Amino acid sequence: MSTGSALASNKRGIRELGAEEMVGWDEVQQGVVLPSFEGDAAGIVNMHAEERNYADFNSYTATVASWRVIKPVYNRDICIDCQNCWVWCPDTSIISRDKQMLGIDYDHCKGCGVCVEVCPTNPKSLLMFNEAEENDEALAGWPQKEKKAK
Amino acid sequence: MAITSIKNLKEFSTNNDRFEGAHLLCPGCAHSMIVRELMNCTDDNLVIASNTGCLEVSTAVYPYTSWDTSWIHIGFENAATAVTGAEAMYKARKKKGTLKDPDAPVKFVAFGGDGSTYDIGFQWLSGAVERGHDFTYVCLDNENYANTGGQRSSATPIGAHTSTAQAGSASYGKKQKKKDLVAIMAAHGAPYVAQLAPNKWKSMAKGFQKALETEGPCFINTVSACTTEWKFDPKDTIHLTDLATDSLMFPVYEIIDGHELNILYRPKNVIKVEDYLGAQGRYRHLFKPENKHVIERIQKDIDENWAMLQRREEARI
Ligand SMILES: Cc1ncc(C[n+]2csc(CCOP(=O)(O)OP(=O)(O)O)c2C)c(N)n1
Ligand code: SF4
Ligand code: SF4
Ligand code: SF4
Ligand SMILES: [Mg+2]
Repeated sequence: MSTGSALASNKRGIRELGAEEMVGWDEVQQGVVLPSFEGDAAGIVNMHAEERNYADFNSYTATVASWRVIKPVYNRDICIDCQNCWVWCPDTSIISRDKQMLGIDYDHCKGCGVCVEVCPTNPKSLLMFNEAEENDEALAGWPQKEKKAK
Repeated sequence: MAITSIKNLKEFSTNNDRFEGAHLLCPGCAHSMIVRELMNCTDDNLVIASNTGCLEVSTAVYPYTSWDTSWIHIGFENAATAVTGAEAMYKARKKKGTLKDPDAPVKFVAFGGDGSTYDIGFQWLSGAVERGHDFTYVCLDNENYANTGGQRSSATPIGAHTSTAQAGSASYGKKQKKKDLVAIMAAHGAPYVAQLAPNKWKSMAKGFQKALETEGPCFINTVSACTTEWKFDPKDTIHLTDLATDSLMFPVYEIIDGHELNILYRPKNVIKVEDYLGAQGRYRHLFKPENKHVIERIQKDIDENWAMLQRREEARI
């Protein structure tokens, strides 16, 4: 057993998860162990992501932002902190702390739109926009409360 | 505090995720919703093994891992074997006093797709449960071999189009009924067996917690909507799962000690199975006049199964 070394000296921050990270077939070692954290991992369950010492092998340090063509934008003014978006986000991309929704982790969000569908407020506190649109513009043009159809 | 509070979602959301983003599962894939929830409903150390399938392949793209716990990448069929081997070693070392932290609570979990669980790893799962190891096996049932291009499995329902049971002029898709694996696992005498669904997050979290707390082998089948092979818009994963549980295509229930059956979700308005089938591309052909009989057959099977579950719940047998 050995520790994978392909990224051991790579400290350039958030990286695109893609071809440039691939290693050749002859570089992949058998029985590799990839540590998710630097040093002792005990107690990480009690730490928020920002307090953890992630190893470069942890996919938390990578990004899949380029998958997105549309993105969710979050409007704090309407949100009731129900946490529906938190529980159903498949990409661990809803940042909630102390029972409050804080926003979206755009490094890991793939733009599936599930969070928007499960958001119960009227108008919704999350809506999908084109990736290229500025969040400020999106917020400025937020729709009004929809009247129930009679 | 070993098992974390699940009184409501706000409280649940204070847990720190141990399943990380930038895995490569499709946008909207239910596999990760289910795995995240299991890992969030406990603070215990976890030792997890995954059978080969979308989950394993997408969360361990060398040199990355999306797992913040001990996690074993193993063959298609033997996550149950690998994780129960780890469990046996853990017990032996505890007895010998060679563990670094013998009091730290540890839970052993295996994840498998339906292909690896219902079919190819079934013997390994059955053996591990029969040997009575203390572990929880979770099947992510998307009713096909998704990772290799959507082949039919014994979990694929009758009438579904798959790449190896195609619908066309000569066939309406898969001809055989889905295997009732939940009943088969209950018949092993496992102390806790359940079928759970991620749209019902609370019963799912409670079911996971029960399984983790129960000593002995536990089996949970979870409905895992697959946007790619079921052919629906990724944003609709939870909506589609609502249709699955509300049409009773996927009833949510548990079986304790092989006989005590409890229904965990009774839809207020049971919807017709057509509403569930019509929301997915894999069943589109069933709406042709010549295939109407298949929809009727599926509805009849659902009605009979629901009646049977209710009778079993009452009779405790
Ligand atoms: C013994 C063996 N047979 C076949 C394969 C190829 N294979 C890899 S993943 C997969 C499909 C997995 O299907 P399932 O278990 O349902 O998981 P899903 O991808 O649908 O989540 C297959 C056939 C393999 N890896 N090993
Ligand atoms: S769009 Fe999908 S991945 Fe992005 S935050 Fe919403 S649920 Fe999560
Ligand atoms: S689902 Fe909507 S209302 Fe609920 S926490 Fe998320 S953004 Fe806020
Ligand atoms: S093919 Fe299906 S199961 Fe596999 S990652 Fe995509 S949505 Fe998930
Ligand atoms: Mg499958």
